[in-house]
Parts: sequence; structure tokens; C-alpha cells
Amino acid sequence: MFIQNANTNSNPVGATMVFLYATTAVALVISLAVNRAKTTEALILAIKRLLKILPAFATMMVLFSVTITLLPQETVARMIGRESGWMGVAIAAGVGSIVFMPGFIAFPLSGALLKQGIPYMVLAAFTTTLMMVGFLTYPLERECFGRSVTLIRNAICLLIALIVAMAVGLVFGEWGT
Amino acid sequence: MREKAEQIAQLLLAIAFGLFVAASYLIDFQPGQQMGETFGTTALTFLGLLPCAFLLIALFDVWVKRETVERHLGLGSGPQAYVWTMLLAGMTVGGLYLAFPVACSLAKKGARLGLIFAYVNFAGVCRIPMIAFEASVMGWKFTAARMIVSIPLVILASELLGIALEHRGYTVHLD
Repeated sequence: MFIQNANTNSNPVGATMVFLYATTAVALVISLAVNRAKTTEALILAIKRLLKILPAFATMMVLFSVTITLLPQETVARMIGRESGWMGVAIAAGVGSIVFMPGFIAFPLSGALLKQGIPYMVLAAFTTTLMMVGFLTYPLERECFGRSVTLIRNAICLLIALIVAMAVGLVFGEWGT
Repeated sequence: MREKAEQIAQLLLAIAFGLFVAASYLIDFQPGQQMGETFGTTALTFLGLLPCAFLLIALFDVWVKRETVERHLGLGSGPQAYVWTMLLAGMTVGGLYLAFPVACSLAKKGARLGLIFAYVNFAGVCRIPMIAFEASVMGWKFTAARMIVSIPLVILASELLGIALEHRGYTVHLD
């Protein structure tokens, strides 16, 4: 569900890939034309960093494969759709923090849940934690920020997501439902 | 020492996962096979994405002068630095996982901590393709409410975290 359509241009992943490859190609050509030595330096730097980060990436992908299999889209939808009030917000924030979904899956899912009558504030908690809080990206984030700051940043973002959910609930008049 | 232990732990996890998937195929254990397949397709996506992303970051590292980043995003930078950071985050591709290497690069060039955290958090709040997609599905009212509330909170939280950590002499891990 992550890559199946990656080769078609109508798919956001495909479009992102094309954009990324085009940008990289242009940047690389310009860089080569201006200064060969600097470009070589950049290439070596990129390879070194990539190799260094690869174990953390592999860990993230293992965690992703396990969670997406144990918690497929339908299960996530059912978990979020079960409760609607504040309990629903809490569950949605928890699920959103743990699972990892690209936007082109998460938003259609949220749209479908909205049509089923799930409140906006529950979906706000879900999408906001999904985008800002990362249990699965922990191995990568730790490489950059270290363990404790990673935990602090994620805790802060969880709190922000809950405030956002409350505000969205207020805007749509969903408080007390 | 601890880094070494972590690397070994990550390697063991990968080996355990590989064995588990292989065993799942042998005894025809469906969920295990599915995990293996997901891993394969995800790995392919990332292998397509990562070299480009890392090359762009490295080109940024080599070509952009430290003084330029320092002037706009350094310790002396004003509130407008948050606007630059937001625009930069808006153009981030992928997700959080690509925001961290960029954040490291910015740190190396002398961007202050508050802006580093703001960059990562903004990458979760206002990536441009994400906003457009979200608004088309959830409606502009939802997206506007979410952004209007989260942007000031992100700035406030990142700034406070940055100040607190700068006092403690914390630095971002560099390569």
C-alpha cells in the first residue's frame, strides 16, 4: 500500500519522486558545472551519511512492517471510529502517534471517517499526531537529537496535537457531544 | 560504547526480523509473510527516495555558506527567522524521517536550536502538498483551524525548548 502505485504519475508518491529526481538532477548538473571538487565532496558526504543512517532506517522499516501488519488500515479506522467524544480524541491521538501513514493514505481515510460521522476533533487528533509525533521514527530522531530530547519533542507535539483537537472541536461546535 | 551497543541491537533486530520472515514462509504463517512483503516494498520506496534526498542535503552542506545560515537562522536572528523556517519546512518532501537529516545540516551551519525544533515540527504541520491534500478532503475550515492553532504553539514550544537546552549546553548530534 506504500509503493504499489509509485510508478504512476497520478499518484502523489510518484509525483514526489519525479519532482525529487528532477530537482536532484538539475542541482547535480549545476554543481558539477561550477565546481567538480565540491560536487565530489558532496557525493562522498551523501554516501557516508546514508550508510551511517541506514541501520536506523532499517529499524524503522522493521517497526513499520510489523505495526502496519498488526494494525492495518481497517483496524485503525475501527479503533478511531469506536468512540466519539474526548475518549475518541485520546484514542485517536494514541493511534496517530504509533502508526505511520503517508498523507495520501491518511487523508482519504480521515475523509471516509468524517462521512461516517466521526467528529472533526477526533480526526484532528489523529492527523496531527500522525504528522508530528513519531514512535516509528524514534530510531532516526535519536540519531539527530539524542534520546531525551527526542522524547521531550514528541511529548510536546502530543500536547500540541491535543490542544489542536480541542480547538478544532470548539470551531466545529463539537464540545459536549 | 553505547552507540556500539545500539548498533548491535539494531543489527540483531534486523536479523531476528529476517529469520522470522523466512520462518513464516517455511511454515506458511500469513502475517509474517505480509510483514516481509511490506518491508520489501517500503525498502524499495526508500531506496528510491533516500539517495536523492541525501545528495540534495550534501549539496546544501557544500554550497551554502555557514554565514548565510547563521545570519538568517543563527543566534542573532529575529522573529522573521520563523517565517524562513516555515517556508523551508513547507518544501520538505516525505515526512519527519527526512526532516531530521535536514535539521542536522541546519544545526551544523549554525542555526539556533529553537529554529531546528521549529523546522522539524513545522515539517509535520505545514508541508505544502500535505495542506492542499488535507484541505481538499477535510475542508478549508478544518485545515485553517488546525494551522492557526498549531503554528503559534509550535513557535512557542520550539523557542522555549531551544532556550532551555541552549542554557544546558545541548547540541544536536552531528556526523
